[in-house]
Amino acid sequence: MSMIEFDNVTKIYDERTVAIEDVSFEVEAGTTTVLVGPSGCGKTTTMTLVNRLEEPTEGTVYFEGTDVQALDPIELRRNIGYVIQEIGLFDHMTVGENVATVPDLKGWDADRIDDRVDELLELMDLPPAAYRDQYPPSLSGGQRQRVGVARALAADPDVLLMDEPFGALDPITRENLQDEFLDIQSQINTTILFVTHSIEEALKMGDKIAIFDVGELVQYDTPRNVLENPKSGFVKDFIGADRTLKKLQVTMVDDVMEPAGPERRGLVDSVEAGQPAAADGGDLVPVSPTDSVQVALSRIIQAQTDAIPVVDGDDVVGVVTESAIRDHRAHGAGD
Amino acid sequence: MGVIGQLPQAWAYLLQHQGRFLTLLTQHLQLVIVSEFLAILVAVPLGIVATRRPRGRAVILGLGNVAQTIPTLAIIALVFPLLGLGFLPSLVGLFVYAILPILTNTVTGIEDVDDSTIEAARGMGMTETEVLRRIQLPLSLPVIFAGIRTSAVVNVGTAYLAFFIGGGGLGLWVISGINLYNMPQVLAGAIPGALLAISMDTGFALIERRLSGEGV
Repeated sequence: MSMIEFDNVTKIYDERTVAIEDVSFEVEAGTTTVLVGPSGCGKTTTMTLVNRLEEPTEGTVYFEGTDVQALDPIELRRNIGYVIQEIGLFDHMTVGENVATVPDLKGWDADRIDDRVDELLELMDLPPAAYRDQYPPSLSGGQRQRVGVARALAADPDVLLMDEPFGALDPITRENLQDEFLDIQSQINTTILFVTHSIEEALKMGDKIAIFDVGELVQYDTPRNVLENPKSGFVKDFIGADRTLKKLQVTMVDDVMEPAGPERRGLVDSVEAGQPAAADGGDLVPVSPTDSVQVALSRIIQAQTDAIPVVDGDDVVGVVTESAIRDHRAHGAGD
Repeated sequence: MGVIGQLPQAWAYLLQHQGRFLTLLTQHLQLVIVSEFLAILVAVPLGIVATRRPRGRAVILGLGNVAQTIPTLAIIALVFPLLGLGFLPSLVGLFVYAILPILTNTVTGIEDVDDSTIEAARGMGMTETEVLRRIQLPLSLPVIFAGIRTSAVVNVGTAYLAFFIGGGGLGLWVISGINLYNMPQVLAGAIPGALLAISMDTGFALIERRLSGEGV
């Protein structure tokens, strides 16, 4: 079922400025869709049409199959998590009170709210005992954004809207939060609409990507298809010259690994003995099936070998070879 | 001869006229406290209304500004033909004069709350009333209280002029003391007023701390 649907939606500000024109797409329940494009392309406007912070000029936005215009905006917003780049934490309230905001508005009882707050702070790696009673101004940028995400998830919303949530953070913190968030995302079953101007972030976070050029949705597809078949010159330019490398980033080891044949006996034995070693005795770090091929290739190059083992838990489930990565690329993409 | 040298005589004058002093101080306190209380009661809601309606904002702030530009003495003089002499006209004059600092600070305090904070609050499903009560008012509390404290301190000083239209208060000693070149009498009237201003300022600071909780 589609959780969110845009049907020929147009938004015009002040009867002159066209923010988006004739945009249509559907977001499947439980998936992450990233709206990406240069600034001023209408991606944020598109997102705020979902929780009715903006109203469409033409067309219809559906939430769980219902026209949002038919829903009470206050109720609607309480069922949709909302994270913005500036975070907008309430500085006069403690971290715990911030996270408790929506459950409190919804009238949950105090015990349930307390449990939920602790659970979320735990999930966001902010130990409740240390952070619950702190005030936001005493936190770092990364910690503040964790609180922002915890606050948006508090009432267990079906849909989470995130507007450049990691945009104001330094690159290392951003990368960590992205990884953590991907991890959290696999634990919760929330439909996510994510806005960013960074194609790297879009490729990393999205199950699907919606690429916007000024006011227009130019391509809506999986990261893989966007990289393989960019629909227009604009999309091609937006992705950049390193499409091939980016594709390695969105391909999973699972897709290219092969069973370890007898010729890899030595490799497998060395891993199972807890001392992974390359054929020439160099250091070797195994990958897991859910790592990206980019990670695998980088480890192959680092170990100066042609194959590395794929490990799932304690078991060796296969190997990734340099030639398999090359073949996969050759068959997949056409330039 | 300096003012400091006059202090013992001022103290002696005050002790000599204790009963009179208490009467004047009580009048002064009544004027200040009642007018300040009414000003808070009117200016804070008016300020809130001003932030909600752009049209009203211009009118309300305009009136507040006009009220402030009238010289203090003139307000007293203007109220006199309308309401005559005594306590009530003095009260009205002081009330009008006390409004503006509270009004402007209420408006700027609320408007200065970060846009992103408001957007987050709305996006989470707060109604406009909830945004005001839970977010805007608590966050602008220090600014609103700064306005109240300024207004109260000025009010204590302005209340000295109530004497001119028969409102009583410590102005009686100060102004007649000036006319009679009786420096001890002037000081006996002026120093308690200064102390009163300081204690009102401190009092409101304590109320503010109580209201905002122990935090931030």
